[in-house]
Amino acid sequence: MIIEARGVSRSYGSTPALREANLSVAAGEVVAIMGPSGSGKSTLLHCLAGIFTPDSGEVWFDGRRLDTLDDGRRSELRRTAFGFVFQFGQLVPELTAADNVMLPLLLGRTRRKHAQRRAAEWLERLELADLGGRRTGELSGGQAQRVAIARALVTRPRVVFADEPTGALDTLTGEHVMDLLVGLAREEGATVIVVTHDARVAACADREVVVRDGRVSDPYTIGAVR
Amino acid sequence: MTVPLALLGLLEREPSHGYDLKRDYDTIFGRGRPLPFGQVYSTLGRLARDGKVTGQSEPGDGPDRKRYAITPLGRQEVATWLAEPVAAEPYLQTVLFTKVVLALMLGRDAAGYLDAQRATHMRRMRELAEIKRGGPLTDALLADHAMFHLEADLRWIDVTQARLGALAEVVRAS
Repeated sequence: MIIEARGVSRSYGSTPALREANLSVAAGEVVAIMGPSGSGKSTLLHCLAGIFTPDSGEVWFDGRRLDTLDDGRRSELRRTAFGFVFQFGQLVPELTAADNVMLPLLLGRTRRKHAQRRAAEWLERLELADLGGRRTGELSGGQAQRVAIARALVTRPRVVFADEPTGALDTLTGEHVMDLLVGLAREEGATVIVVTHDARVAACADREVVVRDGRVSDPYTIGAVR
Repeated sequence: MTVPLALLGLLEREPSHGYDLKRDYDTIFGRGRPLPFGQVYSTLGRLARDGKVTGQSEPGDGPDRKRYAITPLGRQEVATWLAEPVAAEPYLQTVLFTKVVLALMLGRDAAGYLDAQRATHMRRMRELAEIKRGGPLTDALLADHAMFHLEADLRWIDVTQARLGALAEVVRAS
C-alpha cells in the first residue's frame, strides 16, 4: 500500500467529521471517495494528504507514519511527493499559466531554466502550449483546471489528491479534464485519490469507496458479504 | 417500434437490398444486437403491404433479389416520427423502489441492498466509461445515454439511502 488511513478520527469542535475511518490505496491505483455533502470525504482526503492531523488513528505513506511528522516535514512531503488539484484550481491569478506550473519546482529549489522547460513540457501535454503566457485569471474553467493538473504533476508526485476537480465544470469539459488527469497520472505511475460526488468522475477510477457519517465503506465488500 | 422506422429512415437515405439494409442497421443502430434476417424481411414485407416501401425485383444469375425504395407515404411517416418527442416517462414504480419498500416492510437489510445496487451501477458506469474512451463517437453517445440514466438511479439511491430511516417509519405505519 502506498497510502493508508487506519482508524482515523477527526472532529471540528464537538462535531465529528471522521469516525475511525480506514482506507488503503495501492500504488498506481485510482480511487474515488464518494459520499454526500458533509459526510467527511474531504476531511479524509486532507488527513491522507497530511494537511490535517487526525485526532486519533494513523496515516501511513510509503511505509512511514505521516501523522506524527512535524509541520515542516509534512509540508516538505506535500511539496515533493504529493500533487493537488482542487475544485477551483487555486492558481495564483496574477501569475501566468507557466509561472503557476513552475511554482512548486521553484519552491523545491529547482533552477529557473529547468523549471521553465518542465513547465513548458507539461503545458504541452495538457494541450495548453499556446496559453503559457496567459494570466490564469483570464483562462476558462477547463483551461485553469488543466493548468492545475500540470502544476500537480510537474514535480512527478507519488500521489495526486484531487478534491471535486470537475465540480465547477460542465459535463464535457469535466470529462476531458478527468481523462487528462487520470491518463497522465497513469502514464507517470502516480496514485490518484479523487473526492467527488459525481458518478461519472468516479467511473474514471479503478474503484470507489463511500463515506457516510464519517465512516468509510467499500461497496464491493458490502455487496459480497451480504 | 423503432426497427421499422429505422429501416424506413435508412431507405430514405438511399434505396437498398435487404442484406445491405441489415448490415447498415447493425453497424449504426445494432450495437451488439444484430437484427435477424427474418425480422428484416418480414418488416420490409409489412412496410410494402402498407405502401411505405416498394420492392423491385432484380433478376440475375443468383437468387431473385429485391431492391427496396421508400414511398412518399413512408417518407411522411419518417418525418412525423422524427418530429415527435418521446414521452417523458415518470418511472415511478421501478424495481429499485419496490425492492427498497419491500425490504423495509419485511425488516430486511434495505441499506445493504442499496449499497450492493450502487456497486453494481458503478461497475457498469466504469464499463461504459471504458467504451467511451476507446470507441467511436456513435458508441460514446450511446454510452453517454446509458450513463446519464445510471447516474439518475445513483442519485436516487443516494437520496433514498439518506432518507431510509424516515421511509422505514412511513412504510411500517402504512
